[in-house]
Amino acid sequence: MPNVITSDASPTPVIRIEGVRKDYTMGDNIVHALRGVDLTAERGEMLAIMGASGSGKSTLMNMLGCLDTPTSGSYWLDGIRVDGLNRNQLADLRNEKLGFVFQGFNLLARTSALDNVELPLLYDRAGRWKNTKELAAEALRRVGLDDRLDHQPSELSGGQQQRVAIARALVTAPTLLLADEPTGNLDSHMTVEIMSLFQELNDQGITIVMVTHEPDVAQYCKRVVEVRDGRIKRDHPVEDRHNAAADLRQLLATEPEEEEDPGIMVEETV
Amino acid sequence: MKSSVLIRVAGESIKKNKMRTLLTMLGIVIGVGAVIIMVAVGQGAQRGIANQINALGTNLLVITAGASNTSGVSQGAQAFNRLTIDDAEKLKREGTLFAGVTPVVMTRVQVLAGGTNWRTTINGVSTDWQTVRDWQTSSGDFFTDNDLRGMRKVALIGQTVADNLFPGVDPVGSQIQIRNEPFDIVGVLAKKGQNAVGQDQDDIVVMPYTTAQTRLSGNTRIWQILVSATSQQDITAAQQEAAAIMRESHKIGDGDDDFTVRNQTEIANAAQGTTKIMTWLLASIASVSLIVGGIGIMNIMLVSVTERTREIGIRMAIGARGSDVLTQFLVESIVMSVLGGAVGLVVGVGGASLVARFTGWSTEVPIAAVALAIGFSAAVGVFFGFYPARKAAALDPIQALRYE
Repeated sequence: MPNVITSDASPTPVIRIEGVRKDYTMGDNIVHALRGVDLTAERGEMLAIMGASGSGKSTLMNMLGCLDTPTSGSYWLDGIRVDGLNRNQLADLRNEKLGFVFQGFNLLARTSALDNVELPLLYDRAGRWKNTKELAAEALRRVGLDDRLDHQPSELSGGQQQRVAIARALVTAPTLLLADEPTGNLDSHMTVEIMSLFQELNDQGITIVMVTHEPDVAQYCKRVVEVRDGRIKRDHPVEDRHNAAADLRQLLATEPEEEEDPGIMVEETV
Repeated sequence: MKSSVLIRVAGESIKKNKMRTLLTMLGIVIGVGAVIIMVAVGQGAQRGIANQINALGTNLLVITAGASNTSGVSQGAQAFNRLTIDDAEKLKREGTLFAGVTPVVMTRVQVLAGGTNWRTTINGVSTDWQTVRDWQTSSGDFFTDNDLRGMRKVALIGQTVADNLFPGVDPVGSQIQIRNEPFDIVGVLAKKGQNAVGQDQDDIVVMPYTTAQTRLSGNTRIWQILVSATSQQDITAAQQEAAAIMRESHKIGDGDDDFTVRNQTEIANAAQGTTKIMTWLLASIASVSLIVGGIGIMNIMLVSVTERTREIGIRMAIGARGSDVLTQFLVESIVMSVLGGAVGLVVGVGGASLVARFTGWSTEVPIAAVALAIGFSAAVGVFFGFYPARKAAALDPIQALRYE
């Protein structure tokens, strides 16, 4: 039984959170968004954080993404202590260690896919990257969009836009890929497509943490952490993990006929 | 982020909002254009005055009677009229830095010729006058030393006098009547136009001072002595030398000058001072429009920051520091204002030459104004871009990403 929860013997975990609390002041009230969270994620994991809205999962995601710092408690990202860093250090850390995929894709409008993907490379302060265009093109090839380099987001479907976003997240070879409701704006077909891509990337060794409220999506992950009222309620490996690639093949075998003739569908619904 | 990338990013975002950028830039274009046109007109006027003052004669020194201060008591100019022919002759004899010295005797008279008459100013001078005033004849010749010594009744007339008394004919060889005495016209002076204070310099009759004193004024008083220095560099030394000779001639000490020696530069400065003030006034009014243009940039940048909040959030999420965002927006506003400044420069230079063409004023665009306009428009970009840029840089990435 592969127990992936805290193990002292393993090398530096990608994520290590201890006793993290986060309080927000809203007017006169103090909102306790996180009330003491411990979490560890090892290299190669594919972890789903689940919870209802207001459960604190977004706060936890922001914390993991170095967009926010905890009120108390500690966070190590790839062995680096995150709490206590200033804005600039957080920005640099995000650039070096993290790749973000958002629900709303968050691509720069009127900017080609290639330029969008190139962007994180340009913000690198260590000067690690040469040939940024080629690296961006390679990342797009990896997500299967090598024929869409010059397309702007408005010329791409939702699934393709999310692929561009994933390419952008991958291009810096991050330690951790964070996805916030990555399939929230996609239909079921595209959802499976994107999950298949995530599984493929995870198989290549990329650590993935995603926030989702869809159990179907969580089924494609390896481990599920359920958050409620600012605390982790359950932390368990996924049993009967789905293979997105297989599901996709199945979908392709059944769906195309329906999709090819939308006129019939309209008649049926009227 | 590398500067080349920054400029590219700024350029792209400017391209994305062409109309808006153009209108914003228009403010700067008008501002810079207006400043340049105003400065060009002002500079042209200053240059014009300088030319006219040069036209008075080369390296001219003017000696007048009276000093602004005599033994500590101010008497005002012309309080004593103690310039004499001896002074002029002594200057001529002893001066080492003078190209020419001429006394000037002035009288306002009525001049008659044929059936017409004309009121004008008689200048009684020596033959050096031509050198000193650097004034050629358009017809005939200047009078000679013999004419001077013989107190002959010869005269040269200015173009204005010629036009009024002898319309359409060459007056050389004709006669004019002054106080019932006939004078032979030996030459016509070339046209000089107006002087710095708007007087018609061509409204003049020139004759030997000996003749003027005996026939017309009836006394030996001299209005002024004109001296020209040998060169521009020697003008100060010549001025001192003239003063020294004058003191010797008047047998007075250093502080008791009863005369004033002014050089051309002083006269020029006085006249140019006024135009300079006008230039500054015009330029400062014009720069108000530059500031208004800057406020336009600030306004658009603020809108742009709000509009692109999400973009800023994205950039921050993928690792842009606050300073990166600040620089990006700052570069954007600088690119806009400098582009505007460059277009404004073209507009200004073009406008200045149009003004010159339609008004006949001379205009001049000084390099310093060009540099200043470009520099100032860049400064406007920095100044008015900074606040919006800082606002962008201070955004919280989480809030920014959530912005709809």
